[in-house]
Amino acid sequence: MIYADHAATAPLSKTALEAMTPYLTTEFGNASTISAPGRRAKRALEEARETVAAAFGAKPHEIYFTSGGSESDNWALRSAVKAAGPGRDGLITDAAEHHAVLRTAEKLKNDGFHVKILGVGKDCRVEPVALRSALGEKTALVSVMAANNEVGTIMPVSELALAAHRSGALFHTDAVQAAGHIPLNVRRLHVDLLSFSAHKFGGPKGFGGLFVREGIELEPLVFGGGQERGLRAGTENVAGAVGTAAALAESCRAMVKNETYVSALRDRLICGILKIPGSYLTGDRKNRLPGSASFVFEGVEGEALLLLLDQCGICASSGSACSSGAAEPSHVLLAMGIPPELARGALRLTLGADNSAEDVEAILAVLPGIISRLRGA
Amino acid sequence: MGKKVMVGMSGGVDSSVAACLLQEQGYEVCGATLHLYDNADAGIRSRTCCSLKDVEDARAVAYRLGIEHYVFNFGPEFRRDVMERFARGYACGETPNPCIDCNRFIKFGKMLERAKLLGMDCIATGHYARVEYDRSRGRYLLKKAKDVSKDQTYVLYSLTQDGLAHTLFPLGSLLKSEVRRIAEEHGFVNAKKPDSEDICFVPDGNYAGFLEHKMGLSSEPGNFVDCAGNVIGRHRGLLHYTVGQRKGLGSFGEPKYVVRKDAAANTVVLGGNSDLACSSFTVGEVNWISVACLPGPAEADVKVRYSQKAFPAEVIPLPDGRAEVRFQEPQRAVAPGQAAVFYQGDEVLGGGTILPMTGGKDKAGRKNDLC
Repeated sequence: MIYADHAATAPLSKTALEAMTPYLTTEFGNASTISAPGRRAKRALEEARETVAAAFGAKPHEIYFTSGGSESDNWALRSAVKAAGPGRDGLITDAAEHHAVLRTAEKLKNDGFHVKILGVGKDCRVEPVALRSALGEKTALVSVMAANNEVGTIMPVSELALAAHRSGALFHTDAVQAAGHIPLNVRRLHVDLLSFSAHKFGGPKGFGGLFVREGIELEPLVFGGGQERGLRAGTENVAGAVGTAAALAESCRAMVKNETYVSALRDRLICGILKIPGSYLTGDRKNRLPGSASFVFEGVEGEALLLLLDQCGICASSGSACSSGAAEPSHVLLAMGIPPELARGALRLTLGADNSAEDVEAILAVLPGIISRLRGA
Repeated sequence: MGKKVMVGMSGGVDSSVAACLLQEQGYEVCGATLHLYDNADAGIRSRTCCSLKDVEDARAVAYRLGIEHYVFNFGPEFRRDVMERFARGYACGETPNPCIDCNRFIKFGKMLERAKLLGMDCIATGHYARVEYDRSRGRYLLKKAKDVSKDQTYVLYSLTQDGLAHTLFPLGSLLKSEVRRIAEEHGFVNAKKPDSEDICFVPDGNYAGFLEHKMGLSSEPGNFVDCAGNVIGRHRGLLHYTVGQRKGLGSFGEPKYVVRKDAAANTVVLGGNSDLACSSFTVGEVNWISVACLPGPAEADVKVRYSQKAFPAEVIPLPDGRAEVRFQEPQRAVAPGQAAVFYQGDEVLGGGTILPMTGGKDKAGRKNDLC
C-alpha cells in the first residue's frame, strides 16, 4: 500500500505510541485525583501541555486540550464572538475554510450574529486587502486558516491578524493542517486563538487543543468537574495529551529536515502529474504545505479516480467527504473559481516523511493510465 | 472464485436480500449505495446529507454479510438526467415517470459503468423481474416476476441488451413474503421497513411544491376548458393536475376529470369519464427487448401506468424509433410522458414514452385525440 493521504490523517508515530503506552496500561490514574497514580497522571498531563505550548511559542496556561480540530474551531468561534466585548457582534471568515468553521459561522448567523464570508483568490489565498475592507468597528472575530486542507495554500496569517487587531477584532486561525508541518509561533503570527489536531502530525485521533491568548476570557465549553481550568470539564485524556506532545515535539525537531525531504518528493510528483494532458495544479504553486499536491483533471470523475487508485493500493482523496462517505464537489475548489465540472475531477495526494521516492514513482507509473482509461469510459 | 457482482443496495429489504442470496449462490459480492440528492434539495427537513439513514442501513447489512460497501455520489447525474427531465416533462404538461429514467441513466447506466470500471462481471438489484437468455433468438429477455403483484418490469423496459447481459435480479422468482422471511431470518435491521411508494425525491408526494420551490418552475393560474374549448373555470396552475385526476377540481355539477393539459395555452381540459377513453396513441424512444426491431404489427398487452393492468392492443412500428399502439378496447387516462410497455405473455417485447397527443388546441381531425 502507498499511503498518500496524510492530510486526512497521518500514521501514529512510534514515539507517540511509546509515550502513550504507560498511560493506557499501568499508569491509569485519574489526573484529577490526589493519590499517587493521580498525581503522576497530572504531572504527565501538565508536562505535555508545556511541550505543546513550547512548540507554538505559547505559555502552558494558554493551551486547552480538546477532542480535536473541529471541537476547537467550534469553541473558538462560538465563544470568541461573545467574548469580544459590547457592540461587537461580527464574524469574518472565508469561503475556503474547513466545514468546522463554515458550519459554525452559519449557526452563528442563524443566531443573529453578523457573518461575512470573504472570497479567496485563484490560488486560494485570502488577501489582507480584502480583509481590511471588510473589517468594521463591529467586527468581533476574524477566522482564517493557517493552511488550506484541500489545496495546501499557506495563508498570510500574520498580516491578516495584524489587520484584524488594528480594528480591534480578535483573530483565530484553524491550524489543523499546518501544525507540525510548518513553523507556527503564536506571537510572531499575532494570533489570539489557534486550533490544532493531533492526528494530523502523528499524534492520536480524538485529541487536539486550542491556544487562547492570555487575557481572553472564553465561555466554558463543557460544564462539570472543572478540568482544563474550568473551561472544558471531563476526566483528562492523559494518554492523548502525552502522545500529542511527543508527536508534536518530534515533528518540530524534524521539521526542517522533513520539509526539505517531503517537499522534494511533492515537487517530483507535481512535475510528473502535470505532464498528463488536461491536468492542473490547484492551490498556490510555491506557498503550499510541504506534502500537499492537489490537482484537477479534465473529463475525469474524482470519485472513480480514487476507486481505481485504491484498487492499485494507493490511498488518496479528492474533496471533502460527506457523512455518507460519498465524495462531494469541493467547496474550496468552487470558491477558487474552478468550474464545477472540473472541480469534480479533483485529486489530493498528501505525502509524509514515511513516503519514499519509489512511492512517488509508483504513483506516476499508474496515474496516467488510469486517467486515460477514465476519459475513454 | 465466483463471478464478481455489485449489488445496488438502497438500504431496503429487497436489495439486502438480493445481496444475501447472491452471496449464498457463491458470487463474490460487493454492495454499492447511490447518493443521489441532498435532503435539502428534495424538501426533506433534516440537515443530513443524502438519505443518510438509508446509507447507514445498507452499510449495516453489508457489514453483516461481510462484503465491501461503496457509496457513489451520482448527484449531478441524477439531477441532470432524472430530476431536471422530470421537471421539464411537467413543464410541458406531461406526466413523467422518473423511476424509469433513474433505472435507465443511473442504476443500469452510471452504476453499471462504475461496476465495470471496478472489474465487476455484473450488477444486481432487488427489482422483481427476471432476465433470461434465449439462444434461439440470440436475445436477452426481460420477463415478469414470479410475484406478479410486485412485478417491476414496467420501470425496467428501457434496459438494453448490454444492460440485461450484465444484470441479475435475484428476487425474480421469489414472493415478497418469502423475501421478508429471509430478511427476518438474517436479522436485517430493515426487515420490517415499509415498501417505498412515492418518488424518492418527493417523499411527501407534493409534486407541485417540489417543482415550484426546488426546481424553480412557475405555475400560473389559467382556465379550465371543456373538450370543445369553452372556458368552464379557473385552475391553480398546470403543475397541480395530472391526467385522470378527479379530486380537487371544484364543483361542476357532474364528475369531471383532467383529460389533458395544454402547456402552450396554459389550459387544463376537463371532461367526463368517457372523454378519458383513448383508443390509440404514439410512443417515442422505443426500446425493443425480445426483438432487435419489430418487423411489422404485433399483438401485445400494453400497460400505460405502473399501477394498472395491461390491455390487449396492436403495436405498429413507425420510423424514428416510434410505434403506434391501438387498443382493442379504448382505455382510460393515457398520459403523455408515462411509459407504455408491451408484453407478450411473460416477456417484455419493448416499450416507449407516450408522446403528446397531436393537435394541441384544435378540436377537429385529431387521429390520436383523447377527447
